[in-house]
Amino acid sequence: MTFSVGDLFLILPELLVITTACIVLVLDPVLRNSDKDGLVWLSLGTLAVCMGLTASQIGEQTLIFSGLVVIDTYGAFWKLLLYFVTGLTILLSYSYLKEERLYFGEYYGFILLALTGMMVMVSASDLLTIYLGTELMSLSLYTITGLKRAEPRSLEASAKYFVLGAFSSGILLYGISLLYGATGSTRLPQIAVAIAGQGLSEPLLLFATILLAVGFGFKLAVAPFHMWTPDVYQGAPTSVTAFMAVAAKAASFGAFLRVFVEGLGGLKANWSATFLLLCIATLLIGNIVALVQTNVKRMLAYSSIAHAGYALIGVVAAGRIEQSSGIASVLLYLSLYTFMTFGAFAIVAMLRKGGVEGEEIDDFTGLAKRHPMAALLMLIFMVSLAGIPPTAGFVGKLYIFLSAVEAGLTWLAALALIFAAISVYYYLRLVMVMYMREPRDQTDSAPRFVMSPTLSIVLACAVAGVVIFGVYPNPLVSFATQAVSTLK
Amino acid sequence: MSGFPWLTTLIFLPLIGAAIIFAVKDSSVRLVTLGMTLTNFLISLPLWWLFDASSDQMQFVESARWIPALSISYKLGLDGISLPLVIMTTILMPLCVLISWHAIETRVRSFMAMLLIMECAMIGVFSALDFVLFYVFWEAMLIPMYLLIGIWGGPNRLYAAIKFFLYTFAGSVLLLVGILVLYFQGGHTFDVLALSQRTYGLGLQIWLFGSFFVAFAVKIPMFPFHTWLPDAHVEAPTAGSVILASVLLKMGTYGFLRFSLPILPDASRLLTPVMVILSIVAIIYGAYMALAQTDLKKLIAYSSVSHMGFVTLGLFMFNIQGIEGAVMQMVNHGITTGGLFLCVGMIYERTHSRQIADNIGLTKPMPRYATFLVIFALSSLGLPGTNSFVGEFLVLVGTFLWSKIAAALASLGIILAAAYLLWMIQRVAFGVPASHLLPKLRDCSPREMVTLVPLVVLIFWIGLFPNPILSRMHTSVEKVIARVMPASPEETAAHLEGTSDQEAPSPPHFASIPTKERQP
Repeated sequence: MTFSVGDLFLILPELLVITTACIVLVLDPVLRNSDKDGLVWLSLGTLAVCMGLTASQIGEQTLIFSGLVVIDTYGAFWKLLLYFVTGLTILLSYSYLKEERLYFGEYYGFILLALTGMMVMVSASDLLTIYLGTELMSLSLYTITGLKRAEPRSLEASAKYFVLGAFSSGILLYGISLLYGATGSTRLPQIAVAIAGQGLSEPLLLFATILLAVGFGFKLAVAPFHMWTPDVYQGAPTSVTAFMAVAAKAASFGAFLRVFVEGLGGLKANWSATFLLLCIATLLIGNIVALVQTNVKRMLAYSSIAHAGYALIGVVAAGRIEQSSGIASVLLYLSLYTFMTFGAFAIVAMLRKGGVEGEEIDDFTGLAKRHPMAALLMLIFMVSLAGIPPTAGFVGKLYIFLSAVEAGLTWLAALALIFAAISVYYYLRLVMVMYMREPRDQTDSAPRFVMSPTLSIVLACAVAGVVIFGVYPNPLVSFATQAVSTLK
Repeated sequence: MSGFPWLTTLIFLPLIGAAIIFAVKDSSVRLVTLGMTLTNFLISLPLWWLFDASSDQMQFVESARWIPALSISYKLGLDGISLPLVIMTTILMPLCVLISWHAIETRVRSFMAMLLIMECAMIGVFSALDFVLFYVFWEAMLIPMYLLIGIWGGPNRLYAAIKFFLYTFAGSVLLLVGILVLYFQGGHTFDVLALSQRTYGLGLQIWLFGSFFVAFAVKIPMFPFHTWLPDAHVEAPTAGSVILASVLLKMGTYGFLRFSLPILPDASRLLTPVMVILSIVAIIYGAYMALAQTDLKKLIAYSSVSHMGFVTLGLFMFNIQGIEGAVMQMVNHGITTGGLFLCVGMIYERTHSRQIADNIGLTKPMPRYATFLVIFALSSLGLPGTNSFVGEFLVLVGTFLWSKIAAALASLGIILAAAYLLWMIQRVAFGVPASHLLPKLRDCSPREMVTLVPLVVLIFWIGLFPNPILSRMHTSVEKVIARVMPASPEETAAHLEGTSDQEAPSPPHFASIPTKERQP
């Protein structure tokens, strides 16, 4: 194991984030409540610095810590996305926690710790490093899921998330150990070499691949490993839900793609078939079950499951063709998905009904009359989630389906589009209650939308992303293509 | 051609207008919208004269790279087929604003914004020359239309709005798959003109034709896919019905003409019998259903199904009369049916009922209104001297060349149209008023006159002098026909069977048609 001080410089963003996380955790009990806002600005400032550092690493291609970690454009792509989401989460939480009367400085610390885990995941080049990152992310998320201590639903979500998360981590670890047994290494490049050498017939190898697929399946919330998602998304504080639905999913996809493309690329034909099944199941369950939800958070949870299904189409396509356009379409899809999903959760978080969230579909009734701006933004997010042009959601779907057709999976593209047509029903139902029903309750207890300066920054970022990338996705497309080209 | 970006201006000016009306005072929202739509109309007018009728090329072309990685471009252009449709759209939009002047009292600002966004998308659809760009505009209009029906519609609006949306959206998902398949088969391009110069295998063509067919047939709507139309029409506010009937339905037939025919000529030829049968069923079934309606809007909705049947029939004749008649009929139906819906909207504002039974004998209290209604109805039934006569006559001539039986069956539709429209007029205009309320009805206000007069002028202008429109579309239509019916004689003969001796349409033959109509 060689170690050079120069390597530390390359992981400066990770070091900065984790240091800030520790500072926030330490300062929290010391500071008076009125001074705690400073922790928020400190966290945001760190993210801004990291963004600059990571942006300067684009184009880099270096293995460090004897191949445990790789600094490349692919990792930079995900990291930039994660900083952005984390920044939005912190801004949203700032308003949301005040509304919820939750004063925990640790909250921001845990968000940053989770971010560190995610950053490790997307730039790890070794299965054990990935595992470490996954655990750091998951443990932090379990904690903040149960943040609303007074509310049983939040605690239940936390416990459920923990049990199933630990279970899936176990499976992942088992897969890693079997893979080590089969190939003699946990480093992705070495695994790739070993697989290329011994062919595909090794049953141990296939079993290990399946276990890895299941383990990641839990993290990505694809069917049939999605069971925890609706309960956890519903029970967690909404700012945490938004963070999980977007950042955790993005980081898991980042690690997942690297493992399967870089490490297990030789088994393409095998995993592609597996993911085809998972993909169809996910699309089916996500879209169909979302139809009958009456709670918006649950509906968005199933919608996020369905979107993981669309992203998997790109993965399946990537397994069938040499070109990297399949993987690029996944990167693009997830980054566009970020804007719309985060925006939708932000609206849900700040729709208040007598001290709690107005998260039932009924609570949105007549929102267009009472808060036209919130309704309009929600309309745009819903339209984008449904994949209707000219929004980001359409661009994402276009690329995904294009790679599917390129891989000869025209029927899968057609099937997924039919599911997209079904999904329109539940997205538009929210639009319908907002715009086409009269507000029933005119009293003070009626759900109201709480606008704040930080929230308006969040919403502005989300809607700008949805609209601008819907009309002009070119910069993001080129960045995703460039990022994927570094993936071997 | 001048370098001025005519089409971009036409498309995005309404969008800018939609932003502007959120910045103006409540009292001037309507005026500003009217101003924007009129400006757009005035901008579109010079195109009519700048258009070079002798060229079969796209004109006013604008092209810019949009997403270079996938060679998706922002490419616009007009030919003789899309030019009349674009101008029809810009003419109708100010009228839609005028008719909504007092009819819409709630959330006026959003309503007007929706109209302007619709205008943007509609002009975009007719001028897009890139398949993805077309699809973007094609889908982008669903949301504003959904909101138009769902927010400002009638009592059953929620059902109608979601039905409209799901039908049309589900219809177009396969179109997207078709477009993507075409991208890989057609040399990695979405450029419609490039795609229509390549040849594809027959099997692939049939698949693609099927995927395009569902999208376009739902929009037109053709016979088995028409059930959303009566609901949407009945529940939509008047302006929504006008846009729906006059412009949205044309997108389907325009799609066939712009994409299915030139890109998939072999499949189009092969599937002609299917299309003809569906068209004739639509013509007769629509007319038959219209006979039974007691609601004026439903009656016109079913008459639309019947009239659009003529358009699809004409398109698949692949001769110059058929296709020119079809394009004429697209414009005519937009004008006439638009006028009829405006009339229904006006009477609904007064009596708050669209039932024929509640609106009997309007001639006495509202003579001016009754005159307009009669003119639109006569135009709709194809009276010589009005616009629809030209279109339907050309379509029937074209059909006659292909099959005498089909032509005879299609003419049944005209007879039935005369029946349901005259019967409607007999009751609504000339019946004996049953209700004591009727004498109190106001006649058309000046604003309403201004709304209707332009359409009446167009009805007679096109009816008496169709040549300016026909001459502009002539070369473009010939180009489509040359693509679908290549010169190879045995292919042509095999397709036309017994009528091959009459199939070659000669310009003098065609030129004689308009002159005949001058003396009805």
